[in-house]
Amino acid sequence: MAKKVLMKGNEAIAEAAIKSGCLHFFGYPITPQTEISEYMAKRMPKVGGLCLQAESEISAINMIMGAAAAGSRCLTSSSSPGISLKSEGISYIVGCDLPCVIVNVQRGGPGLGGIQPSQQDYYQATKANGHGDEHVLVLAPSSVQEMAQLTSEAFDLADIYRMPAMILADGALGQMMEPVDFDVMSKRDVPEKTWATNGTEGKRKKNIINSLLIDPVELENSVIARFKKYDEIAEKEVKYEEYKCDDADIVIVAYGITSRICKTAIAAARAKGIKVGLFRPITLWPYPKKQLGALADKAKHFLVCELNMGQMVDDVKVATECKKPVSFFGRTGGMIPSPDEVLAEIEKLAATL
Amino acid sequence: MTTNILLAGFGGQGILFAGKAIAKMAMDSDLQVSWLPSYGPEMRGGAANCSVIVSDEEIGSPVVVTPDILIALNLPSFDKFEPKVIAGGKLIYDCSLIDRTSDRADIEVYGIPATAMASDAGLTGMANVIVLGYLLKITGLFEYDAFLEHMLAGIPPTKAALIEKNKKALEMGYNYAK
Repeated sequence: MAKKVLMKGNEAIAEAAIKSGCLHFFGYPITPQTEISEYMAKRMPKVGGLCLQAESEISAINMIMGAAAAGSRCLTSSSSPGISLKSEGISYIVGCDLPCVIVNVQRGGPGLGGIQPSQQDYYQATKANGHGDEHVLVLAPSSVQEMAQLTSEAFDLADIYRMPAMILADGALGQMMEPVDFDVMSKRDVPEKTWATNGTEGKRKKNIINSLLIDPVELENSVIARFKKYDEIAEKEVKYEEYKCDDADIVIVAYGITSRICKTAIAAARAKGIKVGLFRPITLWPYPKKQLGALADKAKHFLVCELNMGQMVDDVKVATECKKPVSFFGRTGGMIPSPDEVLAEIEKLAATL
Repeated sequence: MTTNILLAGFGGQGILFAGKAIAKMAMDSDLQVSWLPSYGPEMRGGAANCSVIVSDEEIGSPVVVTPDILIALNLPSFDKFEPKVIAGGKLIYDCSLIDRTSDRADIEVYGIPATAMASDAGLTGMANVIVLGYLLKITGLFEYDAFLEHMLAGIPPTKAALIEKNKKALEMGYNYAK
């Protein structure tokens, strides 16, 4: 077994990107993800890559569009308000069918908000990163190990499906340190980038990358083709974890840092004889609908836990076809619930079943 | 078994460093470990604390709310976290900076004048390492020699002058008798 390294989540993302062959990083500093930029500034020159601090988030995402079009594996990262600034660029990148990885280490909002951890960008990440009919792959790590692992998977997925992949983390995961093993990185076969605008050398027809399709027939066809790809992704690429769901009366649905708080609460509830489990979506888009839906026949109640005002509740209701009640518990604005608060909510529910 | 440790003080006392030394040692002992700092907008100063969880099983919430071991290096953190120590837990505090003690009968309370000891010994700024030595003595969390070796291994060659000082500070804390 390789030696593990003790690292911050932000650093683990940056190192995993470099280990995945990322050669271009464009970013603009914002708490709580600035360690990614710092790490890239130190490491990129040593691996022959480029780390550039742009003049703004908007500039950084458009530099990503250029690097991605030229066929480079590239990364940008920011935190909530910075991701909003990138949204136009993200939509253009989707429209151009370009692969790249975008990191959002979420902080409290709306507006400039605060700098403490949040999951308030769930809607933005899963429903509307930008304008137009569009999606990006969204991966939600819950440990520093997964920050690394899912970053490497995001690069492969982005290349395989020619679209952006987002790591949706939060300030706690970004700032905390845990041991990381970099030997378990994604090693999928990825197609050659024959579409890249990296110079014809007079040997082939020129490639064109463009998101402007004035003819509505042409534009409609391109959107429909993209949605066929989305269907394929929904079929093949969902990731999730089930924890003590087999006999669970109450299934908690939580992702990221919140899922860990819930696991601690579940251990305490189980010790009191309450049958409770956890369903953790790892891909937030595509959402593990079928897998969560399958639990609706056994469980009696679903409890959604998030660091927001309940943004995932609708997805859980759709996945479970409202067969069982779905309720919500969460904190927002940068507050993190203690396992005891989640336990109290579980006990309250258990008393009604 | 899971040990929840909370280290608290003000920025510059080496709270995060001390937490990291524990976390690194735990990792190299093949234990599960998480290290979570509080973070604020300031680059220097301000309140600093970090949660370190050491366990032989998967770690859930990385936030330590009710510590098994509290290390408090200034009065505001003593006041804030002393009531949160779990019954049967241990409180270690710098009694050269904190002029009160705990009257809780359900926890073990250990004062050490770490900051004064450091400055008397010409080790200003190393009260955190003295406290780590004292922690090892009181809790037996890790074996002394192994901890020393790991801590020193983390010092970069450019700062070799710090090796002897760290060694001395850890030893002073370990040998401190109330």
